[in-house]
Amino acid sequence: MNVASADSGRAAIVDWARSKYEDVDLRGVREWIAEGKGRRAAGHLPVYAPREIIRAAGMLPVGIYGGGDQVEIIRGDAFYQSYICHLPRSVIELAQSGRLDALSAMLFPSTCDVIRNLSGMWQLLYPDLYVRYLDLPQIRDPEAAGSFWKRELETLLRELGEVSGVAGEAEEVRASIRVYNEVRRATRALYEARREEPWRVPTEELYLLIRAGEVVPPEVYIEKVRAYLAAIAGEPARMKDRSRVVVVGAFCEQPPLGLIKTIERSGCYIVDEDFLIGSRLFTRDVPEDGDPLTNLADTLVRHAEKTSVLYEPDPKGKGDLMRRRVEAARADGIIFAAPSFCDPALLDRPMLRNGAEAHDIPCIAFKYSENAGQFQQFREQAGTFADSIKLWGGN
Amino acid sequence: MKCVVGIDLGSTTTKAVILDEEGRILGRGITNSRSNYDLAAKVAREEALITARFALLRHEVEKRAGAEVLRSLLKAFRLSQTLAQLARLEELILGQIPRLVAEPLRAAARTSVGSIFDSIRTEEEAWFKDPDPPARSDFFRDAAGSAYMRLAEEIGDPNGVNFDLLVGLYDRCIIQVENEPLELGFRDHIGSALERIGNPDAVREGVEQAVHVPLDEICTVGTGYGRARLPFPKEQIRSEILCHGLGAHRLFPDTRTVLDIGGQDTKAIQVDDEGIVTSFQMNDRCAAGCGRYLGYIADEMNIGLHELGPLADRSKRRVKINSTCTVFAGAELRERLSLGEKREDIIAGLHRAIILRAMSLLARSGGVQNQFTFTGGVARNSAAVKALRRLVEENYGERTLNISADSIYTGALGASLFAQREAAA
Amino acid sequence: MTETAQPKPEVQKDRSMVLQKEMIARHFERLAAAPETKEPVVYTFVPGNLTELVRSFGALPVLPEINALQSGMRGKSRDYIAEAERLGHSEDVCTYVKCDIGMLKSGNIGPTGKRLPKPDLLLLSYTGCYTFMKWFELLREEYDCPTVFLQVPYQGDGTLAPEHRQYIADQLRNEVVPALEQATGKTFDEERLRHYLGLSAAAEDDLVAVLQSAKKKPSPIDAYFGAVYYVGPIFSAFRGTEEGAEYYRTLRAEVEARAAAGLGPITPDGPLDEQKYRLVVEGPPNWTNFREFWRMFSDEKAVAVASTYSKVGGTYDFGFRHDPKDPLGTLADYCGGCYTNLNLPSRVDMLVNYIREYDADGFVINSIKSCNSFSAWQLMILREVEKRTGIPGGFIESDLVDPRYFSPANIKNRLESYLQMIEARRREVSA
Repeated sequence: MNVASADSGRAAIVDWARSKYEDVDLRGVREWIAEGKGRRAAGHLPVYAPREIIRAAGMLPVGIYGGGDQVEIIRGDAFYQSYICHLPRSVIELAQSGRLDALSAMLFPSTCDVIRNLSGMWQLLYPDLYVRYLDLPQIRDPEAAGSFWKRELETLLRELGEVSGVAGEAEEVRASIRVYNEVRRATRALYEARREEPWRVPTEELYLLIRAGEVVPPEVYIEKVRAYLAAIAGEPARMKDRSRVVVVGAFCEQPPLGLIKTIERSGCYIVDEDFLIGSRLFTRDVPEDGDPLTNLADTLVRHAEKTSVLYEPDPKGKGDLMRRRVEAARADGIIFAAPSFCDPALLDRPMLRNGAEAHDIPCIAFKYSENAGQFQQFREQAGTFADSIKLWGGN
Repeated sequence: MKCVVGIDLGSTTTKAVILDEEGRILGRGITNSRSNYDLAAKVAREEALITARFALLRHEVEKRAGAEVLRSLLKAFRLSQTLAQLARLEELILGQIPRLVAEPLRAAARTSVGSIFDSIRTEEEAWFKDPDPPARSDFFRDAAGSAYMRLAEEIGDPNGVNFDLLVGLYDRCIIQVENEPLELGFRDHIGSALERIGNPDAVREGVEQAVHVPLDEICTVGTGYGRARLPFPKEQIRSEILCHGLGAHRLFPDTRTVLDIGGQDTKAIQVDDEGIVTSFQMNDRCAAGCGRYLGYIADEMNIGLHELGPLADRSKRRVKINSTCTVFAGAELRERLSLGEKREDIIAGLHRAIILRAMSLLARSGGVQNQFTFTGGVARNSAAVKALRRLVEENYGERTLNISADSIYTGALGASLFAQREAAA
Repeated sequence: MTETAQPKPEVQKDRSMVLQKEMIARHFERLAAAPETKEPVVYTFVPGNLTELVRSFGALPVLPEINALQSGMRGKSRDYIAEAERLGHSEDVCTYVKCDIGMLKSGNIGPTGKRLPKPDLLLLSYTGCYTFMKWFELLREEYDCPTVFLQVPYQGDGTLAPEHRQYIADQLRNEVVPALEQATGKTFDEERLRHYLGLSAAAEDDLVAVLQSAKKKPSPIDAYFGAVYYVGPIFSAFRGTEEGAEYYRTLRAEVEARAAAGLGPITPDGPLDEQKYRLVVEGPPNWTNFREFWRMFSDEKAVAVASTYSKVGGTYDFGFRHDPKDPLGTLADYCGGCYTNLNLPSRVDMLVNYIREYDADGFVINSIKSCNSFSAWQLMILREVEKRTGIPGGFIESDLVDPRYFSPANIKNRLESYLQMIEARRREVSA
């Protein structure tokens, strides 16, 4: 496994990203707010929120992914029975312990029933905070879906504007789209670099960068990713004999860093995954001329990555998805890794797995929780998997 | 005198508490729970009656003959009980030999069994004579059982009457002993105890007084769950949560929050200033973090349950354990050890994890109000108590934490208080 | 002296119960015959069920949720769930889905012992429950039939926004109606739809009268366990039908007669005329141990006077009626108002309203492991409702159709403790 080399550029960037990942108190967001006048931040839960709109309303989008294994749950468990995933507990914990006080708004996308209900809990717990549930467009007809979502974006822009005092007009949205297109390009470049030469881009590092991008202004993220790519370009790096895998199912409650590291240490290169897929949901950039809201709405409706939280209108879609992901990533196998109790990931799994196995793609599956503390069983499974791919083609 | 009785049929032990007319605790009894609920309740009640009579005679005997003599009398009484049960157990085992042992070995088996029981009797006599005997379990099954096993191991002959054979005989019979009604009562055992200590006149007078006081049970209330039926009429049953709340209130009248961590369940209870429950929460199907979990850990580490607390107390570093799932307890423990973590640090982390789960239940039930009473087997664990203190202070501020050595009787005490109210009504 | 055998007590069957049984039997006969008669079959969900629309095309509705609960009540769900788990489904996911998949894989035999017909259309009414989407994506893999998706936006702010209402109505006109036309070969008959909507409204009036009869003391109905039978027809294939309307007329008359005579509801163990505790209940019931669970209440003389589950397929007791004058708009309103599509503050308001309006002594939450839509916030309901009414709540945990998650001892302990707590407080207050 490549450890960030002694080269100060790369190591410094990874350290910076790690500090952002570990900043569960959102100190960085508070500092950013203090540095300017009238600055505000808006939080959003997984999977997808239109960050362009948040920014156009003059606010910093902050992705809230829970406390992972860094926050001990004291109050959060009082709100949830044992058969519900871990994410909302840590999110409530963060809020109840004051760590989210810097946020002036909270957005809850239509990811699942737990997140939906969490929006209502927020309304009751924090009646003075702007809370909005975002019903992502699910229907098949792109016209109807697009105009529905466009109206939602308009409403969101207006209401966030009331919170921030910044009435975002078309020009602000357009500018925001431009910035986030650059974000998308930077992220794409990062993913491509990993896909092409995974020995240069350990997934741990890529992951820390993406996570950092969730809590800093987009400009900062873009700069850091470019610097990282430049830093690793000239480095000598040796390809190792590892199996290329796609990790599927971890798009909401995130796996602990230890799990990601364990998978790679066990003999795999993660060449594609759906970690934080919401932040790179579009398969192409949003057009920069024309009506920006229409463009933003249409891009979600027509050019979103396939994910468990969006309806698949094509009857063959689920069965085919894994084959396409594996081909695009030139991967050897799939690791289905879902959080315990995650309806979207776990209900999708049999369809996706059947589709994969119909194409003779080797698969393994396990469950985790964001605060898992021991990885022995994952190490064994992933290691055996990696070996079996190399020796037997996964059979 | 009139008295009321409360009986708590727990999953591991059955308890009884007797109150006198003024509501003072007169006697308490505890026994291993059994498959025959009626008998368990009866035995617990009889034990309570015995201690009640001892309470009555205590004053008289002490006044006349002194505390030492009283103590001897009590020990002699216990010895008499134990010898009676040993005799019965031996009788049953000898009776089983023709059925369970092949002909050639029967004589040897009888000899071995006889020798084991003789040794146990000798040990019991020694325990009686010892002015400061080591602590041991009050339950016949535990004390006799461990003695039997130990001796069976010593005299077991791998080529003849071996350990397995001897243990098999014991296993077959112990249950029957436990589920039989006791033949001899207070009067018989106190008589034999008196003889044993030389039958001093002064003591005999006190005993006669105590034996003849009629104890008139005017009301009994029972509690306990997980039973298809309790051996009480419906009107005389109270929920164990209410009994627990009331009992805790009686032990510590300023109690407002009660936490009970038992073997397989955890309860968080809020009570008002009268001891009436205002809200409660219980664990669901997932019994993670209950006492049983500690049992597994102790087994994994090959130490006694009572050694876990002291071990954890030695910890200097916090190790975060995320799961209190009993299914993974062993695996998590082994992994941590293999990573080089110290045993005491891991165990301390485990204790904290258990208490964190209890904290959720407490939060769900309404938080931790002052005063806070902690009951159940886990309350005897110093490390658990320490973790609880710390977490309560961090999250709720200063709270008076009450722990009673008698907390195992909380449910039965509450039941007896309900019985008192019933009787008064 | 020889003992004469006691005559078996007549199991009291109201006429409405007989009607319901016949209605359901007839429906399943038609379903069983559908492959021959070629009657089109539409699978859909209880929340957001568009029965009037489906029937206006001459199609028969099938509700997989109801099949699953029936399997639970008939003791089949354990095996069906095991089958689904063998096929790769996780223990963690909704047991309705697993039960349905298992039933499908085991021959798709319905509650009357006959095979259920394949769907000609999957009408995915995405209302108040994310899992519905996955359920029909899964069924679609099995059936290879058209699927039409109706997105019902969540009432996040407490009302159905006009643009959301329009969005639903537009989908109905532009997606659902054409899909039904395709699947059935018939054209949209708005007049027929209006006619059915009129019948729905009449039935809704009667149902609401039945539900509100529980304000009386003693309550003539059990509004949780008993209500499951009362809402059955209106939540499934019979809303908007003549036989449905007749059922509700009959039911209302029976309930009013019982109310006038000061009688309580009929439980499986006999009438409950003496009622010690009036309870509001939140959450779906358990189906595998339905009777046993009901008995835990009735043994303690506890009667449910209101429930939220009885609104899962439509909320009628706050004024909404299907309106024949605006067919598509009214269907949109109906969908938006189903209980699980209501935002949480509204649900709290509903519970508080019920506790006050029905003069309840307490409220009980039955938290279902499978159903995040109901469960994933119920601990907060407990606190909120207690805060607003001063009345303590009871909290029980079980599941829809997985018997592994129903522990009678644990549940009985919690329920009895809760009721004794109420009783103790009553005594304290009166002392």
